[in-house]
Amino acid sequence: MNLDFRLRSLLALLAAMVLALGFAACGDDDEDEGGGGEGGGESALIEANPENEGIQLTIGSKNFTEQFILGEIYAQGLEAAGYTVKKDLNLGSEQIALKALEEGEIDAYPEYTSTALTSFFEFAPEDVPSDANQAFEETTDDFEKLGLVAHPPTSFSSANAVGLLAETADELGLESISDLEGQSEELTLAGSPECRQRIDCLLGLQENYGLEFGKFTPIDIGLRYEVLDKDDADLSILFTTDAQLYTDPDMYTILEDDKGVLPAGNILFVASQEAAEEAGPDFASTVEAVQENLSLEVMQELNSRVDIDKEKPEDVAADYLRASGYIE
Amino acid sequence: MLLPAGFLDSFSGAVDFIFNERPSVEGSTQVGGLGQIWDLTQVHLELSLAAMAAGLLIALPLGIYLGHRGRGEFFAVAAGNAGRAIPELVLIAFLIAFVGTGFLNLTIALAVLAIPPILTNTFVGIRQADRTAVEAARGIGMSERQVALRVELPLAAPTIMTGVRTAAINVIATATIAPLAGTLTLGDFILSRNVYGDEGVLAGAILVALLALATELGLAALQRAMTPKGLKLQRAMS
Repeated sequence: MNLDFRLRSLLALLAAMVLALGFAACGDDDEDEGGGGEGGGESALIEANPENEGIQLTIGSKNFTEQFILGEIYAQGLEAAGYTVKKDLNLGSEQIALKALEEGEIDAYPEYTSTALTSFFEFAPEDVPSDANQAFEETTDDFEKLGLVAHPPTSFSSANAVGLLAETADELGLESISDLEGQSEELTLAGSPECRQRIDCLLGLQENYGLEFGKFTPIDIGLRYEVLDKDDADLSILFTTDAQLYTDPDMYTILEDDKGVLPAGNILFVASQEAAEEAGPDFASTVEAVQENLSLEVMQELNSRVDIDKEKPEDVAADYLRASGYIE
Repeated sequence: MLLPAGFLDSFSGAVDFIFNERPSVEGSTQVGGLGQIWDLTQVHLELSLAAMAAGLLIALPLGIYLGHRGRGEFFAVAAGNAGRAIPELVLIAFLIAFVGTGFLNLTIALAVLAIPPILTNTFVGIRQADRTAVEAARGIGMSERQVALRVELPLAAPTIMTGVRTAAINVIATATIAPLAGTLTLGDFILSRNVYGDEGVLAGAILVALLALATELGLAALQRAMTPKGLKLQRAMS
């Protein structure tokens, strides 16, 4: 029994080593793929500052792919800077995320300029500045009143968009939302249930474009491409950073929002003032550093790797940081 | 669990939401109030009734047949358990591929949820009908069909109704997710927090709970009414 047992343990150990090697090899492959960053050039490497040791930060996010990835990017970046980072990446809507931030359950999470202005600070969508920096300036005072601080926004924005199959768009001769005039009454629009009553969604299309649709079909936002593919709706509310727009660029058409009703949002990392002060200057500089290489295309690609290739947000974020030279 | 602070405030806010219209969270439209609630309740009930009707239409005859013949116990039980294991949202997404979004899709999805408890309980109820009564019925010359429908079915009624109650509660509670597949029910209040706010969400939850409770009470009364006198006597004596 003894010999047999030892032989078996040895075999098991060998098998484990072979497996481990296999996984390590796979890991190497992934590194080369990278996150599509433009490389950075000079050393962008984030260095761990011993002073940050022992400072604990909890990073949150809302509950969809892009937010998971962003949450991971910020969290891993801050970790590289030496902070002890905890993650709470599935908070639900912005109302819940804001509440968690105000109550100190989390220290920071990524929000969008337009969402912050319209949902938190009662801006009408048509009043949201199209310039990201101006929109960011508008939020700072209001955030300060809540004891929060927002970091400068990313260069790209994501927004709700009215999308449809490219062939339908060609057939009906549609390029912008205004082109829907006179045709919308025969078309079905799909969107989340809340879209009906939101001014940055159906309500805005009705009030500011004067469009009435043949039918509005409320759906789970996870089905927003499915309803187009299955011909269950003619139009669907999509997001500009959607993975599908990256993988199938010729399949779908986004109608231009020529009246600016669907406000664009640049990503805004919002933190509690208290946590930001305690974390010191490395906090802000790390946050600004890790988002430097994020562009619309990179975001779409990262989203597609999670939504379509089913990679983990954690790994996709790490690849992005590595490819950009922020971490090793 | 302790009640969170402000629970009573939220509760009275939810009650206010049910009776009075108010601006949405963004302030862009009016929401809540009895008018909207009545509309959504109607659709909620229509959908639940359609699903229950479809479920009964399939599960009841099948359960009676299998139970009477004493066959397919494995099938009745396995179908019952498997049906319970399918996540409803997956089923809806799956059905969208075949029948599209909307009322029909949801009716099928919810009927799949209604069938298992009715099927299992019908099968068991019929199987367990008093054997001496069944033999006596055969003895006086009833056909198999008559035995099943006139003797076994009435004796199984209380058990079947228990299954129907379970199914109805499941269906009403699950019809809450219908707004994710094209039909607006009371679940809209729960799913669209950004429009209705926390008080609207709570109001939706209260309304669905009330609807389920009312259904349960109504069906329990029906169950008592449907229990044969003989069975009631038997129970009172034992």
